[in-house]
Amino acid sequence: MYIIVIGGGRLGYYLLKALINEGHEVLVVEKDPRICKTITDEMGSVCFRGDGCEAATLGEVGTGRADMLVAVTGDDEDNLVSCQVAKHKYNVPRTIARIRNPQNAVLFKKLGIDVTVSSTDIILEAIEREVPTHTITQLMSLEEKGLVIVDVKISAKSATVGKTVRDLTLPPESKLALIIPGEGSAYVPASNTVLHAGDQIIAVTTLETKEALRAALRGVES
Amino acid sequence: MKIIIMGCGRVGARLASLLDEDGHDVTVLDNDTYSFRRLPSSFGGTALFGNGIDEEALKRAGIEGADLFVALTQGDNRNVMSCQIAKHIFHVPRVVCRIYDPLREEMYASLGLETLSPTKIFAQLLRMQIENPEARSK
Repeated sequence: MYIIVIGGGRLGYYLLKALINEGHEVLVVEKDPRICKTITDEMGSVCFRGDGCEAATLGEVGTGRADMLVAVTGDDEDNLVSCQVAKHKYNVPRTIARIRNPQNAVLFKKLGIDVTVSSTDIILEAIEREVPTHTITQLMSLEEKGLVIVDVKISAKSATVGKTVRDLTLPPESKLALIIPGEGSAYVPASNTVLHAGDQIIAVTTLETKEALRAALRGVES
Repeated sequence: MKIIIMGCGRVGARLASLLDEDGHDVTVLDNDTYSFRRLPSSFGGTALFGNGIDEEALKRAGIEGADLFVALTQGDNRNVMSCQIAKHIFHVPRVVCRIYDPLREEMYASLGLETLSPTKIFAQLLRMQIENPEARSK
């Protein structure tokens, strides 16, 4: 695959390395000549100096035959424009934009960007996972299907301890996939499975019903 | 008309005061309050601190009831992004976008934005004046 990366900052640099290691043909477009030199010195001629938002630059680097363009500069507006130019002028089949403001996900989707990755959301989730009182963690989102995979922790305080799965009123779009007990190995829940304190429940749900699922699984906190 | 202008540079400030004189309800948005010094003391509209690519700031500026949105910051991409927010998220009836880069301007025009490239316009004006100096004196 021919992949173009816009922005040679820390994220672009490591992405470039990873993609080269996977055997792809990769080119990074970077404005700053010093950053370009560092990359070229280390990895050979894989850095093009130029503005990745300019149609002319993207033309020069052969965007027309690219399979994918990934824009990872630190500015949401630059990433948006790079992806839009790639999409509309050069018909790149897949465009991925990094966003810093999670709110922009909706706009970017509307404007035809295939995938957005919110660095802010990812860092927040990673930190939240480490907060012991945090009861629901989003593990993954399946953007195209509008679904998320979450991990809900059942504590001794949860009103649902001792209840069976059948007794819970789960939101209609939610499915419990796996229970990881405090001790012992993981198992697939059935309708007569009893919830225990210390259980971790892996479930699939929609973004909108995430909170409802958490409430259903933990009950009213006592 | 309720008008929001994003970017209080020389052009933004001048346009704001002209439209204000014409009796429109004008709000100017800039992410540097120092820029508001360019507004004349007679300016009767609103000068608001905020980032035009942030939906919350646009809401504070009253974009939900706006008739016209004009983007005049120094950054083409910021202008493009804020105009697309105004058009596709807030459905402002008329959105005007300044884009210096002629290539980018043409692309966004073809995507349905109302765009102006000062680079193109000014180059044409200069050519006219250089090649046809009498036209100006007439």
